[in-house]
Amino acid sequence: MSPKTLYDKIWDAHVAHEAEDGTCLLYIDRHLVHEVTSPQAFEGLRMAGRKVRAPEKTIAVPDHNVPTTAGREDPANMTEDSAIQVAALDKNAKDFGIHYYPVSDIRQGIVHIVGPEQGWTLPGMTVVCGDSHTATHGAFGALAHGIGTSEVEHVLATQTLIQKKSKNMKVEITGKLRPGVTAKDITLSVIGATGTAGGTGYVIEYCGEAIRDLSMEGRMTVCNMAIEGGARAGLIAPDEKTFEYCKDRPHAPKGAQWEAAMEWWKTLYSDDDADWDKVVTIKGEDIAPVVTWGTSPEDVLPITATVPAPTDFEGGKVGAAERSLDYMGLTPGTPLKEVEIDTVFIGSCTNGRIEDLRAAAAILKGKKIGVKRAMVVPGSGLVRAQAEEEGLADIFKEAGFEWRLAGCSMCLAMNPDQLQPGERCAATSNRNFEGRQGRGGRTHLMSPAMAAAAAITGRLTDVRELM
Amino acid sequence: MDKFTTLTGIAAPMPLINVDTDMIIPKQFLKTIKRSGLGVNLFDEMRYDDDGKEIPDFVLNKAQYRDAEILVAGDNFGCGSSREHAPWAIKDFGIRCVIAPSFADIFYNNCFKNGILPIALPQEQVDVLMKDAEKGSNARMMVDLEAQTVTSSDGEVFHFELDSFKKHCLMNGLDDIGLTMEKAASIDSFEAAAAQARPWV
Repeated sequence: MSPKTLYDKIWDAHVAHEAEDGTCLLYIDRHLVHEVTSPQAFEGLRMAGRKVRAPEKTIAVPDHNVPTTAGREDPANMTEDSAIQVAALDKNAKDFGIHYYPVSDIRQGIVHIVGPEQGWTLPGMTVVCGDSHTATHGAFGALAHGIGTSEVEHVLATQTLIQKKSKNMKVEITGKLRPGVTAKDITLSVIGATGTAGGTGYVIEYCGEAIRDLSMEGRMTVCNMAIEGGARAGLIAPDEKTFEYCKDRPHAPKGAQWEAAMEWWKTLYSDDDADWDKVVTIKGEDIAPVVTWGTSPEDVLPITATVPAPTDFEGGKVGAAERSLDYMGLTPGTPLKEVEIDTVFIGSCTNGRIEDLRAAAAILKGKKIGVKRAMVVPGSGLVRAQAEEEGLADIFKEAGFEWRLAGCSMCLAMNPDQLQPGERCAATSNRNFEGRQGRGGRTHLMSPAMAAAAAITGRLTDVRELM
Repeated sequence: MDKFTTLTGIAAPMPLINVDTDMIIPKQFLKTIKRSGLGVNLFDEMRYDDDGKEIPDFVLNKAQYRDAEILVAGDNFGCGSSREHAPWAIKDFGIRCVIAPSFADIFYNNCFKNGILPIALPQEQVDVLMKDAEKGSNARMMVDLEAQTVTSSDGEVFHFELDSFKKHCLMNGLDDIGLTMEKAASIDSFEAAAAQARPWV
């Protein structure tokens, strides 16, 4: 047999039909659904008199626009349009008989945190969701990617997706990370090196010692931002850490089925002599704690650097950098460590898991915030409960952070958690686009530890100085 | 879905790279449960000031581009969120074709589900078309999907590539779900075999 990549193996196990031109129907094992990109899809099913083909493989949870403040079970405490979308999801979940975690359920949270937490996401699966950060689930060695609403409807109706195979790209992070450097710094540094279109047309497999050394939480952070590098999906081969994480989760297989699953999962790796269309190698020791300075996730620099000038770039990036600097209110040559911030946001599907909260709390313990506003939005009700049990919530509250309920919150600012025009935010989320966190808001992306450090000093800060 | 065969129209120049879907349709307009009516909010934060008044410098607010049906843009158009509201807004405004050196994957796929043709051409050819678009409403481009060509107002012809299945569906306005349903037997047999091989799924 010819050597295969991990992507090849998962792909081959899910092709339900292949046309002569290579267009395939890829079978979908898990379909995650949220309130913002699904109403039109369910409406489409109703109009055509169609059912959900595999409701037992379809899981819904409201996360994008739900408030993260107390009392949200009462629709009167949501904005009217949010309440309509959440009510539509309630109704669609009930009418079509799919799994559902309403806001009143402690298991509710960001869809990409709930899936793995409940054991819905398992190695070797195909996972889709009407959300680009579905790439997160690739951390389990699952082929996972975001789709549009028309494709959501297609998967609901047929449990398949029309696809052509992407190319294989290997991103290897060799050796060890230095102290203060995290999964977020890896994933941002990769995007900084390859650009936001560097992965277009590819599925990325992340590998190497630094990746193997990451926890499952860290691996999810890395894969989460594969989309920011333009890739269709990000993957990490499953290993003992993966199996340990999955074992005994509510929807993970048990007993003989677990054994059978393990047998297959252990074959899920790229063969040594597999062909790669593109290879990127970065030394782990070369990665520093980084922040973004501009309005594209590729605008990444070590915290020790200075704000770049448009003339540092070439081609279309010159104009883009000019526009970014103007929008961000930054002057070339300014040390990044002198940039003052107003707000800190810790949360999102990138960095809203327990390990992220632990990392931030370790920096914040016994300290007070030096910014106008700081909030922690745990990724799920269960993450929140665990953080309370571990005493992390108290550390955040004593430091002056708001301790919120689970949701996407200020990552995309669809709910009332938004930046004001000109406000500058240190954020653990994934996008620094113009207006992303609120019209005129300025976002700097970084790791939870770096965001905690910035919260204390009131400016972008090298976390290593506080360690 | 609307068929796409040929299109002759005004092209609006947007020489920006990395135009993301948050720019195309900001999140406050994602709270709709419909597909229609988003055109008025296309590029909302670039198009209107804080008071909701039009910003005169923005390309689609200029008299010569208000009826644009083609958009010429920079590299990596449509990056970011998977929101299909982006192509819905573009279509609702009246734009049926976007030309750029490259597109983000999800946005590119979403276009075809909505009767919009995204055309990827090499940077130097997009540069020529960008200059052509900058001439204003007298310069009309022609797009021919069957022939896979874009013709500038000067008559310069550029050939573009696209997937044959996507072309077929767009030209005939075919409904993907209907097409897939015709292969239900394949899905049934795959599902039965997978249930044996991976019963835990």
